Amino acid sequence: MVTGTSVLGIKYKDGIMMAADTLASYGSLARFRDVQRIVPVGEHTLLGASGEMSDFAYIQEQLDKLLVADHLAADGHTAGPHFIWQYLSRLMYARRSRVNPLWNSLIVGGFRDGKRFLGFVDLQGTTYEASTIATGFGAYLGQPLLRKAVEGKEDTLTKEEAHKLLVDTLRVLYYRDARSLDKIQIATADASGVSVSEPFKLDSDWSFGADIRGYGAL
Amino acid sequence: MLSAAGPTHAGPVRIPMEHGFSPYTDNGGTTLAIAGDDYVIVAGDTRQSEGYSINTRYCPKVFKLDNNCVLATGGMAADGQNLVRRLKQSIEQYHHVHAKTMSPSALAQLLSVVLYGKRHFPYFVWNTLGGLDADGSGWVYSYDPVGNVEKRKWACAGSAGHLIMPFLDAKIGHHHQSQIDAKTEGKPGSVPFDTAMKYTKDAFTSATERDIYTGDLLEIFVIRKSGVTVEQIPLKRD
Repeated sequence: MVTGTSVLGIKYKDGIMMAADTLASYGSLARFRDVQRIVPVGEHTLLGASGEMSDFAYIQEQLDKLLVADHLAADGHTAGPHFIWQYLSRLMYARRSRVNPLWNSLIVGGFRDGKRFLGFVDLQGTTYEASTIATGFGAYLGQPLLRKAVEGKEDTLTKEEAHKLLVDTLRVLYYRDARSLDKIQIATADASGVSVSEPFKLDSDWSFGADIRGYGAL
Repeated sequence: MLSAAGPTHAGPVRIPMEHGFSPYTDNGGTTLAIAGDDYVIVAGDTRQSEGYSINTRYCPKVFKLDNNCVLATGGMAADGQNLVRRLKQSIEQYHHVHAKTMSPSALAQLLSVVLYGKRHFPYFVWNTLGGLDADGSGWVYSYDPVGNVEKRKWACAGSAGHLIMPFLDAKIGHHHQSQIDAKTEGKPGSVPFDTAMKYTKDAFTSATERDIYTGDLLEIFVIRKSGVTVEQIPLKRD
């Protein structure tokens, strides 16, 4: 089973920003180091996944089919962020009810018709919307940092502040989550559409390690 | 007991093991309902939790249905939402087939049947349904996950249900209080609306202090003959 670790998502002034590293682990082995875990779905939606990466590939296939059907219908309607989230919640809940789940935690983010959307779906069909969402280890180490910086400031937080917050939070995760990587991608959804950055390196400083003796106490 | 499985002792060959999967989870939260002579209050907090984490501060678990009834769900949020979706479809279907709105008592029976229909893979939900009967007086139906149902004047369920229930029994039912003055406190099970609202808010603010799964926001639905109204009260967000 090849798995991806945390995904982060926040609301900010102009839309949604999401972040994840590019590692797909095989147990404790850092097996694939260049896997894109945040993908665009259509023109207004971003999908981030942690958990089983082949299940994620299957989910992307299903969404592609949906988008093609949408395109061929050519009736002027296209799937927006809320629709994609709803579709995924039906899919995930149906699979859990057959006790054959798709082993993922998913974050759906998007921007359409001047409205932001940020939602979550997981393998048990649990869904929710919030102004900050974090999956996996990020729910414990990242979420408190995100909430402190975002709650109540959803309409004032700038793009630069949002970007720094996500990079800083992924750095905390990189220091503590043994299944993480310092190669990350940041994705945004705003009025101009969706975009996923090229992977870039997270700077970190491990020099304190040289001073640690024994188990690191003192 | 005899077993067909091979040796279970530790050895160099590992038996492949499935990762444990549970289709169920508990998302916490508390619901409450008080029925009066001409109203029903149905309330619930909006926090959704999982383990020690708060998923979101706003995920409603109390739903207004199209036939002037209000359903409060608690337990597993995904099951609750899907149950409500099914009920709404059934209510609409009933409307088209019978050219009339489903009565609260019919819905109460339907809900029991729907729940029992999944007796062997239950909806992990504790429901509380509020509605007015033909005479306009309020009633509450409360359910367990497999459809046991009881018609009452007050009910509460969920993660702080055990904290609130005795409070309601004492204040609304006047249980074990033979000395109580019916002139000032009203008849047992028949509280004035303002008093019931006060009890509802007090119950939730108190429950929020002790139960980590209850908080953030309180949504209070009020059913009257004239329709359903909603009120939101902030709860502690810690």
